[in-house]
Amino acid sequence: MGFEQFGIISFTSTTKTAQFVDFLKENEIRGTVCKECGARFFPPRSDCSVCLSDEMDWFPISGEGTLLTFTKAMFAPAGFEKDAPYILGVAEFADGVKVFGRLDKALPDDSVKPGMRVKIHVVALEGDRLSYELTAA
Amino acid sequence: MARVAVIGVGQSAFVRSYPGSIRELAFEAYREAMRDGGLKPGDIDASVICSAPEYDKQRTPAGLMAEYLGLNPQPTFYVESVCSSSSSGVRTAYALIASGLHDVVLVLGFQKMSEISSAESQERMGRGGDIQWEAPFGTMMPAYYAMHAKGHMEKYGTTEEDLALIRVKSSAYGAINEKAVFRKSLALEKVMEPKYVATPLKMFDCCANADGSSCLILASEAKAKELFSKPVWVLGLGMATAPINMAMRDTFSGLKCAELAAKKAYEMAGITPKDVDVAEVHDCFTIAELMAYENLGFAEPGQGRELIRNKETYKEGRIPVNVDGGLLSKGHPIGATGGSQVRTIVLQLRGEAGEMQVPGARVGLVHNIGGVGIYGNVTIFGAE
Ligand SMILES: [Zn+2]
Repeated sequence: MGFEQFGIISFTSTTKTAQFVDFLKENEIRGTVCKECGARFFPPRSDCSVCLSDEMDWFPISGEGTLLTFTKAMFAPAGFEKDAPYILGVAEFADGVKVFGRLDKALPDDSVKPGMRVKIHVVALEGDRLSYELTAA
Repeated sequence: MARVAVIGVGQSAFVRSYPGSIRELAFEAYREAMRDGGLKPGDIDASVICSAPEYDKQRTPAGLMAEYLGLNPQPTFYVESVCSSSSSGVRTAYALIASGLHDVVLVLGFQKMSEISSAESQERMGRGGDIQWEAPFGTMMPAYYAMHAKGHMEKYGTTEEDLALIRVKSSAYGAINEKAVFRKSLALEKVMEPKYVATPLKMFDCCANADGSSCLILASEAKAKELFSKPVWVLGLGMATAPINMAMRDTFSGLKCAELAAKKAYEMAGITPKDVDVAEVHDCFTIAELMAYENLGFAEPGQGRELIRNKETYKEGRIPVNVDGGLLSKGHPIGATGGSQVRTIVLQLRGEAGEMQVPGARVGLVHNIGGVGIYGNVTIFGAE
């Protein structure tokens, strides 16, 4: 399987960034960095919108970040109903790289606040699927 | 710059479930706009058809609409920017007329959302976000706007009650708009009931899906003066865009695309926010109206709550906003929304808004957002 292995339901099967899933298998969440101009991207891109290069390297998102905002979705769109409720949020890591994703379900509601310190890790989902989530640092 | 006017406006009633097909729904707004302008199908030089395609079984709806409206063999095509589609249609029509290519252009917006379930609809609209990197987490419009509500509250101390006050206002005007889908006046306690959809947004912070259509007819200065006695002029158009993916955004307390679009529209019109007498803003969620107050310059960043707390955005206030019930109460049939907002402003500037009339309104503004701040259209209109 390639990129369709990413997330609870994937709507994309073919992308030049499919190697993202190979890194998930190695327990790493990676973005791309332009070899020409050094621009960093998350989510990963295969083409640089700054200098137009298509030469990209991968860099790991690691260490601690800060949760910028979040919401607890009490209802879910079609196909995700059994997961609800779940928390979605955006966090900022080193070099201003931001990550959108779900938060760890085990976190107590009152512990989730903008400004909280978070880290990111890979999660294995049922059906041999892979994703990442944010949890307390 | 060439002058372009609106010479006909129409809107169907916005309803939960329209008892007819999309062509029949579209005809309701079309008939009203053509009668309003005193026009015949032969007067229309081209048509621009607007909707969000994810709801339509019909592929390439422009062709169908041109035939059913009696607008063959004139040019027609489709313009889409999700919830902002018919404002993008107005922008296109303006360009077609200002360029001299056409004299009279019709903008038709429609959406029949009732054919699919609410969960299906949330899933399809959620795919108006980034399907490669966001949709795999289970995204939907309320969650995206909820993250902005949380961001605004965190940064400025805005409260859930501030948002609820916006819905209370909206419901008061929905109750007097006979074309609105939601016509019940809501008390603050009712809006504050803790029925969360995506925290901190509750049930009444969200607009309901609706079926509806809108139709606008725009014309060159010469044609407008020949065909219509009360033209309303397009004074300024601004449009801007922002990244679709939340991870590429700089702020969660406002919509950058709206702020930039407003700046361009004000510049083109040669006015400032203080000159606006009445505004229609894109309140798909209560937080969206609050952010609009600030992004449009009606309030300083973080001070939007003061406008609603002091009732400044009521009909009698300093800057009346959404006195037709807005998307929250009038309803939000995606592709029809922008055209409906323009219709409200045109009627206001003609002094024909009935019970909703803001006395002496001369300058009106429409703020229409596509997706969660992906596309921002701000259009300013003026009476003669
Ligand atoms: Zn580059």
